[in-house]
Parts: sequence; C-alpha cells; structure tokens
Amino acid sequence: MQHINITNTRGPRPLEQALKITMVACSVIAIIITIGIVLSLAFEAYRFFQLVSLQDFLFGTKWSPQTAIRSDQVGAEGSFGAIPLITGTLLISAIAMATATPLGLASAIYLAEYASPTTRNVVKPLLEILAGIPTVVYGFFAALTVAPMIRWTGTEIGLEVASESALAAGLVMGIMIVPLISSLSDDVINAVPQSLRDASLGLGATKSETIRRVVLLSAFPGIAGSLLLATSRAIGETMIVVMAAGMAANLTANPLQAVTTITVQIVALLTGDQEFESAKTLSAFALGLLLFTITLVLNVVAQKIVNHFSEQYD
Amino acid sequence: MTDFTVKTPALKRRHAAEKRFQWYGLGSIIIALGFLLLMVGSITIKGIGAFTQTRVALEIELPSNEFNLNDLKATNYGAIVKKALRNAFPDVTKRRDKRKLYGLVSPYASFELQKMVIEDPALIGKTTKIWFVASDDVDMYIKGNVDTSIDEKSRKFSDKQIAWVEEIQKKGDLEKVFNSGFFTGGDSREPELAGILSAFMGSALSLSVCFLLSFPIGIFAAIYLEEFAKKNRWSALIEININNLAAVPSIVFGLLGLAVFLNVFGLPRSSPLVGGMVLSLMTLPTIIIASRASLRAVPPSIREAALGIGASQVQAAFHHVVPLALPGMLTGAIVGMARALGDTAPLLMIGMVAFIVDIPTGVLDKATALPVQIFLWADSPERGFMEKTSAAILVLLVFLVLMNLVAIILRRKFEQRF
Amino acid sequence: MNMAAEEKKSDGAVPTVPAIETEPLITARNVDVFYADKQALNGITLDIPANKVTSLIGPSGCGKTTFLRCINRMNDLIDICRVEGEIKIGGQDIYDPKVDVVSLRAQVGMVFQKPNPFPKSIFENVAYGPRIHHLVKSKGELKDVVERSLSKAGLLEEVHDRLDDPGTGLSGGQQQRLCIARAIAVEPKVILMDEPCSALDPIATARIEELIDELRENYTIVIVTHSMQQAARVSQQTAFFHMGNLVEAGKTEQIFTTPQDPRTESYITGRIG
Repeated sequence: MQHINITNTRGPRPLEQALKITMVACSVIAIIITIGIVLSLAFEAYRFFQLVSLQDFLFGTKWSPQTAIRSDQVGAEGSFGAIPLITGTLLISAIAMATATPLGLASAIYLAEYASPTTRNVVKPLLEILAGIPTVVYGFFAALTVAPMIRWTGTEIGLEVASESALAAGLVMGIMIVPLISSLSDDVINAVPQSLRDASLGLGATKSETIRRVVLLSAFPGIAGSLLLATSRAIGETMIVVMAAGMAANLTANPLQAVTTITVQIVALLTGDQEFESAKTLSAFALGLLLFTITLVLNVVAQKIVNHFSEQYD
Repeated sequence: MTDFTVKTPALKRRHAAEKRFQWYGLGSIIIALGFLLLMVGSITIKGIGAFTQTRVALEIELPSNEFNLNDLKATNYGAIVKKALRNAFPDVTKRRDKRKLYGLVSPYASFELQKMVIEDPALIGKTTKIWFVASDDVDMYIKGNVDTSIDEKSRKFSDKQIAWVEEIQKKGDLEKVFNSGFFTGGDSREPELAGILSAFMGSALSLSVCFLLSFPIGIFAAIYLEEFAKKNRWSALIEININNLAAVPSIVFGLLGLAVFLNVFGLPRSSPLVGGMVLSLMTLPTIIIASRASLRAVPPSIREAALGIGASQVQAAFHHVVPLALPGMLTGAIVGMARALGDTAPLLMIGMVAFIVDIPTGVLDKATALPVQIFLWADSPERGFMEKTSAAILVLLVFLVLMNLVAIILRRKFEQRF
Repeated sequence: MNMAAEEKKSDGAVPTVPAIETEPLITARNVDVFYADKQALNGITLDIPANKVTSLIGPSGCGKTTFLRCINRMNDLIDICRVEGEIKIGGQDIYDPKVDVVSLRAQVGMVFQKPNPFPKSIFENVAYGPRIHHLVKSKGELKDVVERSLSKAGLLEEVHDRLDDPGTGLSGGQQQRLCIARAIAVEPKVILMDEPCSALDPIATARIEELIDELRENYTIVIVTHSMQQAARVSQQTAFFHMGNLVEAGKTEQIFTTPQDPRTESYITGRIG
C-alpha cells in the first residue's frame, strides 16, 4: 500500500506565527483606542470634578470659565455650568436636522424612486462632493456669506439678528448633513422589497401614495437610524460652529441669537496658552467626555436600529 | 365598468399631489446642489485674485557711501525704499501723507531690496528701476475690491493714495503678475506676503505619518478580522468598536492626542508627528471598514483554490487574496486620507494652530496644516486675508479632488477585475 | 354594467379564439411586448369572459406573467418595457393615452406570487385601498368594507379578534388571503392572480382554490399558474402560452382532453415544461 505522509513535515512556521500575532495586535488597536479615549477623558475629567462638582457642571446654568490672574481675585473660580452649552448644541443641531431631514429625505426618495439612471449617476457623485468638502470651508462660508445674509434679511423684516446667529451655523451644518442623510436613506429605501411597491401600485395607488404610505413606513426604522447618526454628526461637528457660532454662552431657544456649543468651548479652552492644572483647561476634558458619551449613545442606538432593519429584509 | 379616462376631482387632487411630491424631491436636490454651486462659486470668485499680485516699480538710488561692503545687511534698506517713494512724489511733504505714501509698497520691500543687493553688489552706486510687491491696500484697490463710493473717512485706502496709484499706473510702473510667493512662502502677518507652503508641508508631513501608521495597521487588522478571526465575542467586540470609532467626533481624537501623546508621552507640541498620529486614529476605522469590504469582494473560490493545493491559511491570504484586494484597500486609504486632509478640529487640540513662517522640514518641526491655515486666515480682519483664505480653500479643494479622482480610478480598475 | 351596450361600442372583430358562452370582458388583439429590443410576446389575441376563471399556463419564460401584467398596465413600471397592440376591458382601450392607470388598477386588482402584506395591521392592510381611493366616508363604513372583504376572502373568522395585529404575522396562506381581501376591498371588476399559490403548502393552496371558485361569481379572474392540475381545477377557460406565443385557448376541459396543437399536448403530457 502506498504511504501518504500527512504529518507536518515543514515544522512550525515562525514567520506565519509572527504575522498572525502582528495581525491580532493590529486589530486590538481599535479597542485600545477606545479605551484610550475613555481613560484619558475620564482621568482629566475626574481631576476637573475634584475642583468643580459634577452637579454644578451638569445642572449649572452659567458658563464663564475665566481664569484668575491672581488667585485671590473675586470670581476667580469661574462658573462651569454646562447647561447653556448643551442647549446651544441642541439648538444648532435641531436647526441643522430641521434643514437636513426634509432635504435629505426628499432627495433620497427622488433619487431612489423617480430619477432616471442617468440623473442618478450625475446627482449622486455631486451630492458626495457636498459631503467631501472640509467643514472648515463650510464654516468660512457660513461666517462670511450666510450669516451676514441672514442678518441683512432679518434687519429688512425688522428682526434683530445676532451676527453669529445659531440659525446661520445650523442652516449651513444642515446642508453639510444632507448627503449623509440622503445616502443612508437611499440605501434603506432601496432595501424595501419591490413586491410591496407592486402591491400598492396594483391596488391603484399613485407612486407618491405608495412611497408615503408603504415604502417610507417599511423603511422607517432604517431612516430613523440614519437620522440618529446624522444627529450625532451634528452634535460633534466643530469647525462650522467654531467659525460661525459665537462664544457667548446664552441660554436661549431663539435661533436668531448667538449661542455656543460644547465643541466651540473645547476649542476655545484648549487653543492658545493654557495652564494644565487649571479648572478651565480641565473642563474641556469634562466637556469632551460629555460629547463622547452623547454621540456614543446615539451611534450605538442608531447602529442597532439599522442592523435590525437590514436583517428584516435580507 | 366605469370609464378609465374620467378624472374625478378626487383623482385630480391625487395626481396633483403626485406632481407636488416629485417636485419636493427635485427641489431638494436643486437646493442642495445650488448651495454647493453658490459656496464653491463664491469662494472661487473671491479667491482667484490671490493667484495674481500687484507690483510697483521704483527708481532706487543706491549711493555707495551708504554701504559697507563687508556687511551688506547693515544698511537701512527701508530708508532707501522710502526715499525712492518720496522722490517719485516730491509734492508730498506732510508727515501724515508721507506715512500713507510709504504704505504703497509692502513692508517686505526692504528685505527684497536687501536680498537683491547681496546677490548682486554691482547695483551699488547706481540708480535702478526695481519692482516691489505692492502693499495689500494697493493690491486690493487694483483688484477692484475697494469700494470708492463710500466715504473716504470710513475706508482704509484714501483718495490721495488712489491718486498716487493711478499716477504710478499711468507711468507703467505698476503690473499684475502671477503670485508665485503664495505657493513658495510661509505664513505672514502681511496678507500680500502670506503663502501656503508652510501649511502645505505641514499637511504633507502629517498625512505621511498618518498613512505610514494607519495603512499597515488598518490592512493587517482587516485581514485578520476578515480572513482569520473566528466569529466570537472578541471579534464582535472589535467590530462594534471599529464602527463606533468611525462615528466619534474628530475633536475627541484631538483630546486624546493632547492628553496622551503630548502630556503622557511628551511628544513635541504642534508637530506633524503628533498631527499624523491623531489623524491616523480617525482614518484607521475608515481603512479597516473599506479593506474588509474589498477582502469580502474577493471570490471564495480563490481562497479555496489556494487551500486546495496545500497552501496554509496565511499563504492563501497573503499570496492570493490580499494582492487582489489591495487596490480596494488603497482606495479606502486614499478616501480616509482625503478626509484627514480636510480635518481641522483635532489639529487645533494638539497645537498645530501656531503662526508658522518657516517651512517645516521634518516631522518634529513646528507646523500647521492647510485647513488650519484656512481657519487662521479666516479669522484675520484684513481684506487681503479673505482673498488668501479663499485661495487656500481652492488649493485644498484641488488636492481633495485629485485624491478622490485617484480613488475613483483605482476603484473602476478594481471593479472590472471580478 | 351593461355588457351588451359595452360590446356594441367595441369594434366587434371576430376573435380568432372562440368565445365561450358569455360575452368577453377583456379582449386582447395582436399584443406585442418588448423588453428593450427583445420581444417577449408575439401578437397575442385572446378573449377573456366575464365572471369566469381564465388560466394562463405554459413553461417558465413563456410570457404568461408578462401578458397578465399588461392587463392592469403593471408593465408600465418597467422603463424598458413597450406594449403594442390593443387590450380592451369592457370596450375601453386601456392603452389609450387618456386612460388613467390609477383608476384602471382600481378596477383591475392584482394578487402576486409571493404574499406581500404591508408592514401594517391586518385592518390597515385591507383598509389601504378604500382609503387611497376615498371609497368610504366614515370609520364605520370603512370597518364594514374591511370586514366584508375579509369575509369574502374567507379570512374573517380566523382573524376577527386580532385585526390590529401585523399582517406580516399571519401564516403564508393567510397572508395570501389577506392580499386577496386587500384587492377586493377596492371593489375591482377583474382580479389578476400571478401564481398565487406557488409559495404555499397544499392545504393553503386548496383553501385559495376554493376561494377563487367562490369569487368567480362576482369577479372576472385571470390566473397564471404553473400547475396544470390547478388550472384544471379552478378555471373554465385555459390559454396555453409557449415562447411568447399564444398557442391555444379554449374551454379548460377541451384543452386538457383534446388539445389541437401538438405543443399543447406535449406540455400537458409533461414532455415540455
């Protein structure tokens, strides 16, 4: 009988082992980065909360992180109430989402359901350009063109508009988010089975009735997921608000006034000269932790919803 | 059977609603793309002027008694330029007017002159016509950016200055030339002298660091997760981590860089090394996700063929699957790098926001980056900086378009393979 | 509806296919269908009688579904599809440019191969048609229509206590009956069925076949089926399609016992298909 040797004659392969270990190490870096973010933010934030109580930070309504020139100065402590920053962030994000949701959804519906393949092939890359433009460019345009335009229009109709109104920053941010919403929703709408459209059209529904009552209903979880992702993006957006929104920590819901955001304050606190031990500098990390937590929760929830949705129609 | 052609009012309403609905979609696309056109268009119009520069010629006297041939730097070149201006306009006598007159050329003119004399000492003792960079105010006036209809008191450029400039122009001593300094110079407090090379080099160095870090790590991670990792809790955890990292606001990576790279590791602040490290944290998830997708696109038959002739799993992956997936991985990397090129916020956190005149030559030098330069210039009040900001944006956009074009070409080539 | 009066309006051309007893409700004359350059149907001429079940049979890809989708112009949805020739329903040319597809489809309902209930409640699934066509004026009336339709579809008994449950939670056979209920809630004249039982088990199939027989009283039914036994069980008229041609049509009995064309014979005896 012929003998076939199937035992390992090549011996252990050290190179392959080393390669495997390298690859595992590279994949674990993703976890290390996350841990790094959490630890570095948490550690600095912890030091901050030894100076300022968590309660004052989360529920305080006054934000003015002045640093004292002399430690015995009156009001040297500064106040670190994050409420005006949170409301400012939410106000601008809400304006952005109010702009981006209808525009993005309507574009996605048009592209998925009405546009000819030629139109789609032209419009989709153009929308992607909108997504690829750096936010510093949006910020420049918002501060230089959109904000003065809104201010001028406001003055013409007798409204008082701050030169760094929440409206300008929010509107421009909204346009920036349109491609995000439209491309995510486009995927979701395309995932709705054609048989459902046929059923509705076969009953004599018009195309728009079919879309509104059947397609959007079926796609709703997926669309909700993409809107959450977009919201998280708006909340974390930095350059547009740094350049077009103000530094004034106003507690207001009026979009014509200036508000400030978490990201604007982080930038303001950490650019320029800084002493590392001061509450002022450390507060940036507390704000960073807050920002990270909010966006993380939104992302996790959004991803859960979207995954669940895509499984449903697989 | 009812008539199919009868349009009842209800039916008419439904069809009208259908039309409206389509218009909403089309209208939204038009609004979004209109905004894009408006933004890019207005920035182009504003920025295009920065690529040209106004220069004025002055008759420069270089009397030999003012020069010490052993130390050519000791001469007061500023005074020589000023004298040339006074000679050109002998009627100007008042102190205030003189100062305005001196403001016609850039403060850099004296350095230009010094450089010229050092290079060619033969100029000394002669009177020569020399071209100088005009000041920002003159430049803006020549480019039509000064609104002469508003009251003289509320504008920087006075009627007298306008008259002088017109006179120089009539003599033919004023020209508009290609502004090469914009591409070869560093930052400056004077808009007419500010260039983007230092910022560009900063970006290039940071992106190199970013690529060298994130590309190998990214593809190794992707290969492991796609080809080797068993589907268990660990790989699921890594997967969730990567997806979440891709959506973390970029400023948070900047905070990590500040707290860890600068304060714990003590790496140099404002350096492209740290900038690249921070950017690589952001590009890593993008590269991993894109690389995994391109590995998944390689048909399993190729793996099976390699394994079937006795290749080990590592050999099958690295000899057969990875080479096929490489273009796709590279595409993902370029898209990630393009995003990194445009990102500003994390660089602000690690101090790459300084005023940098010198061109950085190494990854440890102090540097800034293109988008940060845009941010800095956008904050400057001078009219000339607005033009420079717009021009820098145009340069940035050109690079982004180029990078994306490369990515698209790679993707097209790759798609044809299977 | 006055069939005789409608008939006078039509051109009265002598159909190549013998009409059976009743007047035809649907008349197709020389119908050609193209997908881009590829011809899918060649000059189909067929009469479909009112209040009868007509089955379209033939091997896969023979064009029977394509023909079915011509009758309520579902083919309009495919950009590259082009229909030539003439199809009249009750004497009206349905490809006339003045025809409103919405009102056409309201009267020519369709049931699809795979049950496709909307991701809504059972009630809302059936209420969908009456709602969009504004057929009802009050909530009570809507409830009546829904219940009547469910009852006609033989589903009411099984679901009457859970009308608010999602339609997608029903069994396959129930879902298909829900889709039939949804179609009849609009009160169509014609119901087109595209292999309605192909995704169902034999028991559910039997239930649907029974239902089809009951519905015949009030509706004209055209059914595409893969199963010759089903065609024999439910239909009164059968048309056999082969490679885009209508080979033979006539009384079901006659097609299955004394087919005229050798191709029909091969198919029903299982030699092609």
